[in-house]
Amino acid sequence: MKTFLLILLVAVVLGAWIALPWQAALVLAALFAAWMAATRAGHRAASVAGVGISTLGQRLGSSAVIVVGIAGVVGVLVAMLAMAEGYAETLRKTGSEDTALVLRGASAAEVTSGLDHDSVVQIAQTAGIARDAKGEPLASAELVVAANLPLKDATGDDEGSVQLRGIGAEVWAVRPQVKIVDGRRFTPGLRELIVGRGAAKQFAGLVPGHTVRLGSQTWTVAGVFASGDALESEIWADANVVAEMYERGSSRNSVTVRLADPKGFPAFKAALGANPQLKTEASTTLDYFSRQSEGTTKVIRAIGIVVGAIMAIGAMFGALNTMFAAVAARAREIATLRAIGFAGLPVVVAILLETMLLAAAGGVLGGALAWLVFNGYAASTMAAGSVGKLSFELHVTAGVLWQGLKWALAIGFIGGLFPAVRAATMPVTTALREL
Amino acid sequence: MKYLHLIWASLFRRKTRTILTLVSIVAAFLLFGLLDAVRTSFAEAGQSANGAQRLQTGSRLSFIQALPQSLQARMEQVPGVKTVTYANWFGGAYQDPHNQVFSFAVAPNYLDLYPEMSVSDAERKAFADTRTGLLVGEGLMRRFNWKVGDRIPMQSTIFPDRSGSKNWVFDISGVIHSTDKKAAGFFDQMMLLHWTYFDDTTPYNRGQVGWYVTRVTDVNQADRVAKAIDALSANSDHETKTMTEQAATANWMKQIADIGLIVTSIMGAVFFTLMLLSGNTMMQAVRERTSELAVLKTIGFSSTSVLAMVLAESVLLLVLGGVIGIGLAEPLIPLISKGSNGMLALPPVGLGSWALGLSLMLGIGVLVGALPAWSAMRLNIVDALARR
Repeated sequence: MKTFLLILLVAVVLGAWIALPWQAALVLAALFAAWMAATRAGHRAASVAGVGISTLGQRLGSSAVIVVGIAGVVGVLVAMLAMAEGYAETLRKTGSEDTALVLRGASAAEVTSGLDHDSVVQIAQTAGIARDAKGEPLASAELVVAANLPLKDATGDDEGSVQLRGIGAEVWAVRPQVKIVDGRRFTPGLRELIVGRGAAKQFAGLVPGHTVRLGSQTWTVAGVFASGDALESEIWADANVVAEMYERGSSRNSVTVRLADPKGFPAFKAALGANPQLKTEASTTLDYFSRQSEGTTKVIRAIGIVVGAIMAIGAMFGALNTMFAAVAARAREIATLRAIGFAGLPVVVAILLETMLLAAAGGVLGGALAWLVFNGYAASTMAAGSVGKLSFELHVTAGVLWQGLKWALAIGFIGGLFPAVRAATMPVTTALREL
Repeated sequence: MKYLHLIWASLFRRKTRTILTLVSIVAAFLLFGLLDAVRTSFAEAGQSANGAQRLQTGSRLSFIQALPQSLQARMEQVPGVKTVTYANWFGGAYQDPHNQVFSFAVAPNYLDLYPEMSVSDAERKAFADTRTGLLVGEGLMRRFNWKVGDRIPMQSTIFPDRSGSKNWVFDISGVIHSTDKKAAGFFDQMMLLHWTYFDDTTPYNRGQVGWYVTRVTDVNQADRVAKAIDALSANSDHETKTMTEQAATANWMKQIADIGLIVTSIMGAVFFTLMLLSGNTMMQAVRERTSELAVLKTIGFSSTSVLAMVLAESVLLLVLGGVIGIGLAEPLIPLISKGSNGMLALPPVGLGSWALGLSLMLGIGVLVGALPAWSAMRLNIVDALARR
């Protein structure tokens, strides 16, 4: 019965803990510190904990089990969450509130959409689109296709897929974040490419001045562009030349427009819907790219949490083992304390505190290692909704680190609770008689 | 062997500690079992004997680019080619665009090249006779509660019909049973429709083919045949690239993620902490048994046999936990495959995983037992009995 209640308590505490934001945790810590400083029971808990912590040095090996075990859990968890974070962030940054993407109705992604020439013209004439100095609408009709290119670290003739975007002159005003960092823009009408920084890292031969083969044609790389988002994983060329090679005629995949008013999307969408000749679907680019990242982000996060949870079980039992041994070694001291009038609570708190300190050390160590090794680590995958390899960087954010620390403290809490309760409830006479 | 009882008794001398340690080891090897299944499923995708006999021919330019249907007749003339079939990606989804289904629009002889998929003769005939017919994998039938004879609406996430609608209607003619246990997860979730129906209905395909699949008469000639097929369209505007199914799948998996590296780094972290943890347990175990070990030596056990016994104890601990862990992974893996709706089709724990797991157990067991065993061997009887 008592064990059952204890397990129930653990479940409730863990549930609350997972949902806890960091501000609340800070308040909790402050309250706890106040309790220790201000009350008698708190003073006692502090002194018992002090004794325990001062002897940690003599139990270096077994204490290291807790620290390293938890560091392992947190390291792996933080790395996986950082991967999910980096992936989602790269896609999210690609979109913004004040640009909108127009696709053919019911299209899930740019690649599978198709708009004929008339639709493209009509979309560009829709109300709500910003105009440049000459009064032309800032609407970029783009072709999105895939091309095979040899991979950089390939053995033999291994090829990877890269997303190729056919663009017009309007793109530079619609996507101002894209800057040429090496070489120059392509010359319209020629078989020339500009390549994203990420794509240049993934594929061989994407160097300004070099030529690459796309299918049976030879293209010249004119320059390298940077944008700090998912576009960097693409290669760009003149839409008309791409259309000719892929037999797309005057149709395009999507139209990206810059809105005249940053909050004007609902009006723009309504205007598109009001045109009976158009069967389109519009979303802000922020919405579109966030949606694209959703599935994959969830999968990476789920894998991280499952792997982390199984590792956490291992680490938790390691901590239990160490703390049971520590409590057994101090059984007589603890019994003596209780014989001279210490209540059970300070003993429980002291042992919990000791375990959670070790756990926090493990959490910090694991988080720091993950940050050192994996922050900015380059990764790539076939992104959902695109047809090319997307390069992104793992990003260890403060939120991810906090998540790791939470896990560490939760493991420490469980690992310390059961030994603590045993120490506090063991009959004093039995404990005193122990060797 | 005759000391097994003694080793067992000393292992469970402190039940709590041993059981707690065992749970940690179980957790580590459970994780190993699961992750190794993921790794193998990526590494072995398409690596079957049947897969070796098939060549895939796609556009050299890109996988989204289609090829002319006229190529089939020319490919059949290439020496060493037994049968040629073709398919198109349909991009089907049921009810919700997120419920994506592996759906291919295929030529009539498609099934002939895939002995992994078995369909009863009656159902196959029904499929051939129904323009809007569908063959659906067993797992997929269960997932959506379909029955043979059902008329179902499907969305294509890529192809609209002539009126611009993406809603297609199909009649389920038969069920695909997978004959290859390893690849069952894939064929189980498959949906096949008629290429002619597909091509007639959508205005966007215009008689084109997504990719060709060729069965070669002799596996050893596969490379030569692949080159000969690619030579057919060299310097045309639809150059092809032909690879064995194995190579094509491996290339594809590699583009998704370097699973091997991820799995290896996670397992590295896991086993490192496991070594520390079980090493600590063994140190404690030997330390508190100092006097018992001294007694053993006093009554005539040699130093080496004491060393062997401590080593055996740590190996036994690891093997016990490890076998339970991988054993637990066995029933969990089908559950995970089921729960992911075919997104993740994991193979059962194979012999390779067991072998790798067992060698890890033995290796870690010896490694963590080495130090305590060494100190047990060097134990001085007089000092130990006097508790110095």
